[in-house]
Amino acid sequence: MKYYDKLIFELSKEGRSACTLPLPDRKLELPETLRRSSKAVLPQVSEADVVRHYTNLSQMNFGVDTGFYPLGSCTMKYNPKINEEVASLPGFRDVHPLQPGAKGYEQLYEEMDKALASITGMAHFTFLPCAGAHGELTGLMLMRSYHESRGDFKRKRIIVPDSAHGTNPASAALCGLEVVVVKSGENGLVDVESLKPLLGDDLAGIMLTNPNTLGLFERDIKAIAELVHSCGGLLYYDGANMNALMGVVRPGDMGFDILHLNLHKTFSTPHGGGGPGSGPVGVCNKLVSLLPTVRTSAFHGNAGVILKAYAYILMLGKENIAKLGKLACLNANYIKEELKDCYKLPIDTVCKHEFVFDGLEGANTLDVAKRLLDYGYHAPTIYFPLLFHQAIMIEPTETESKETLDDFIAVMRKIACEAKENPELLHSAPHNTPVSRPDETLAARQPVLKWQSQ
Amino acid sequence: MLKRVSLSSLDELYSDVPEDCKFKGEFDLPSAMSEQQLREYFERLAAKNPKSKVFVGQGAYDHYCPSVIPYLCSRSEFLTAYTPYQCEISQGTLRYIFEYQTMICNLTGLDVSNASLYDGATAAVEAVRMCVACTRKRNKVLLSDGLLPNVIETIATYAKWEGTELEIIPCEAGETSRTALLEALDGTVAGVLLPGTNRFGIVEDHSGLADAIHQAGALFVEYCDPSTLAVIKTPAEWGADIAVGDGQSLGIPLSYGGPYVGFMACRNEYMRKMPGRIVGQTQDAQGRRAFVLTLQAREQHIRREKATSNICSNQSLMALWITVYLSLMGPEGLEDVNNLSYQAAHGLKDALLKTGLFEDPYPGKPFIKEFVLKPLCDVQKLHAALDKAGIFAAWPDKEGNVSFCATENRSSEDIRALIDVVNSLK
Amino acid sequence: MSKIVEGLLYSESHEWVKVDGQVAIIGVSDFAQSELGDITYVDMPAVGDEVEREGELGALESVKTAADLYSPVSGVIVACNTAVEDDPSLINADPYSNWIVKVEMSDSTELDSLLSAAAYAASIEK
Repeated sequence: MKYYDKLIFELSKEGRSACTLPLPDRKLELPETLRRSSKAVLPQVSEADVVRHYTNLSQMNFGVDTGFYPLGSCTMKYNPKINEEVASLPGFRDVHPLQPGAKGYEQLYEEMDKALASITGMAHFTFLPCAGAHGELTGLMLMRSYHESRGDFKRKRIIVPDSAHGTNPASAALCGLEVVVVKSGENGLVDVESLKPLLGDDLAGIMLTNPNTLGLFERDIKAIAELVHSCGGLLYYDGANMNALMGVVRPGDMGFDILHLNLHKTFSTPHGGGGPGSGPVGVCNKLVSLLPTVRTSAFHGNAGVILKAYAYILMLGKENIAKLGKLACLNANYIKEELKDCYKLPIDTVCKHEFVFDGLEGANTLDVAKRLLDYGYHAPTIYFPLLFHQAIMIEPTETESKETLDDFIAVMRKIACEAKENPELLHSAPHNTPVSRPDETLAARQPVLKWQSQ
Repeated sequence: MLKRVSLSSLDELYSDVPEDCKFKGEFDLPSAMSEQQLREYFERLAAKNPKSKVFVGQGAYDHYCPSVIPYLCSRSEFLTAYTPYQCEISQGTLRYIFEYQTMICNLTGLDVSNASLYDGATAAVEAVRMCVACTRKRNKVLLSDGLLPNVIETIATYAKWEGTELEIIPCEAGETSRTALLEALDGTVAGVLLPGTNRFGIVEDHSGLADAIHQAGALFVEYCDPSTLAVIKTPAEWGADIAVGDGQSLGIPLSYGGPYVGFMACRNEYMRKMPGRIVGQTQDAQGRRAFVLTLQAREQHIRREKATSNICSNQSLMALWITVYLSLMGPEGLEDVNNLSYQAAHGLKDALLKTGLFEDPYPGKPFIKEFVLKPLCDVQKLHAALDKAGIFAAWPDKEGNVSFCATENRSSEDIRALIDVVNSLK
Repeated sequence: MSKIVEGLLYSESHEWVKVDGQVAIIGVSDFAQSELGDITYVDMPAVGDEVEREGELGALESVKTAADLYSPVSGVIVACNTAVEDDPSLINADPYSNWIVKVEMSDSTELDSLLSAAAYAASIEK
């Protein structure tokens, strides 16, 4: 990767344009009061300028196609290319969202609904949410809606474990629920005994991800489901970690009533540098009638993403779906076993698709992460979950080969040696990237959030 | 590998999972397809969709998409990257978001833009929430009935659970009623959401409204179509505090409604209350210009239940899409998109009126590419005839009128074909 | 070892209070600023706002974290320090001379439940 310092605005030359539209015969006539007073400042560049500029920008980026991306909780698996091709077919691309009789799309949504229902053990799905957090909020609205549809208006509390993703409490609070935190036990799992006093007839439900963010299966899940259900609450499944269970365990069978999936994680659609994703929400039978009452986006959700995810499901087919979670877990356990003698492993047990190290003796986790960039790897998730101060969360996914994992393991060991022999090398890392560590304090204290001409 | 992890079978990886949680059945899914089969399958599925000439807008506009855009946006370094947490290897994403933010600021005239939101409707939801957060203790937001129905419906879904009170301000002669708005503006109102171009396609005149709204202590939000902002008065010029809308009209294909991209910009003083990711400029250890995600302390991963929004992503790739679009178009090109759309839509409207089967419910009102007419013919028959001719047009609204839209993508032949269908009903 | 100034009162949530008649001058302790790291933004309340003891007063933001400020006393905000609002690094540089807000107390007996310098020192030792 090389450093390239231009912004598109800095390439601008007055009068240049890459627009190929015909010249209009008629100019727009609007009353002066409705007209913009001066032209918008936009780049004036040629097509070649645009293509070179964005190609140069792309070369300062690291994607799954560039290299191994063991980012915990993000499931950065390989994104099959055929999915991109089929999703951009003109027959899908050019359909207006309000157009009746879009039979191809209608069939897609029906088949996808059926496929996800079978994979998760839920009854039906809504596809409106555009991301995981969006799905969470939609799911919680359905939870509240269910209680209120039964004339039960007092359920305002929701239990969220301390190890949960930050979006869980944020979504719950937005949905008008009071968040009650349940602490994890020594073994990293929800402690059933500490859960009991939190139950009551004002409980809307509990949000869990299973396996949890430490990559551990909540083995008491059936007991938890029983307890929450018996006081009238519902169970919400945060699908962020669904990859671990793919084909082996279904959230519906564990007793969950509502869940969201991240099609951009578990179902291989590319993350696009932060989106678009898709976060369909599935519910059990008793909530199905409420699905149409919750409109959380403008049209049908991210149809293009749903197409890609369905292509992925069809290519795997019923034969291969069952292998997915197992291979993801095997890869995670393999890295864990190979590295646990030099990185601190706070909970030494069989993990699921990811696991957490509590840092490296004598080094900051941030430095380890930055040094990994020098070796051509994306860093793992760091400083999350909050339970450990130096957390390094590694999720390899099932699409990586043993050879890729071995290379990564060798580099992690090398960094552990460097931390002892030449700690400065880590402090000042990365050295081989287009830029070194940026000054984030400066960025936050004196925000410069747009380009302005000198 | 199994040996290394001291297990004898893959199933042992799940030894901590109670047996009654495990799935023992067969998945109700088709058998695995080869790439060839998959391609055929989706080609057949795509063929089941209509291939109509689109003459409907209502929040999704068929504008021209230059071939450079999909070409650049499918570069895997952009496509397969995650959110730019590791900024040293994400300068590509961070730089285009910074460019995107600049373009949104320049189009709306406002000071600060975030890195984008899911879609126009959810951006409007975030704006409503921001009004409540910025005015404290106030909890009512006024919505113009000129907003798209799906935007109002989305806002209402969220408001119900978030406890925000909504009041709909009716329209009068195709525009948000000024009298009704001024009457409803009291000390309990946190914000007012008005459309720039409304669901009738009419460019609304907001003269003087900002003052009234601000005097009442509320925030003024404009929901706008960003493509039209090349020519019409900007939200900043109207005195709006926040602008939101859907970036789809900037060259994003219709794609049955998504992925699109919501945008949001605001005045400086509300910067810290703005939801979503924001990219800022700074320097690296060597003093070189570098870009980072900034102002993160507002966000859910830090604030948890105290965050003003739960959003933790953006529609990054779609933000790139419109950034490339605006770079290709430039200020003149985007003006021409409006000129050409104006030409097509006005030509269409004149021709439709000339058939004698329609009346103009809002004569003399300024519009660019979208308008409504009162049908004097049987609408069902009209739809059936249009459908047969491969034309999607005349979207019915709740007033009993039908809406049309024409962009630079509709040729004079397309328009003639539509008029021929209408004439055949006489 | 973080600095603790004698003669001030402290809360368990790391605010310090200097009493000036009926007015409580409030800032954050050296321990709090060092835990936060470089402070980038102070979210101030508005003059005239009523606050309750242990109620939210505002927040301090750093690059990767944020901490709520809690009011050690009940009363009305009578002044906000615009100097630290403009330049939050002042709090990092000297947390004791750069106060954040002044509150006119409605119940000065609440001061009795605050910690002395010695008691606060012991509480952060833990």
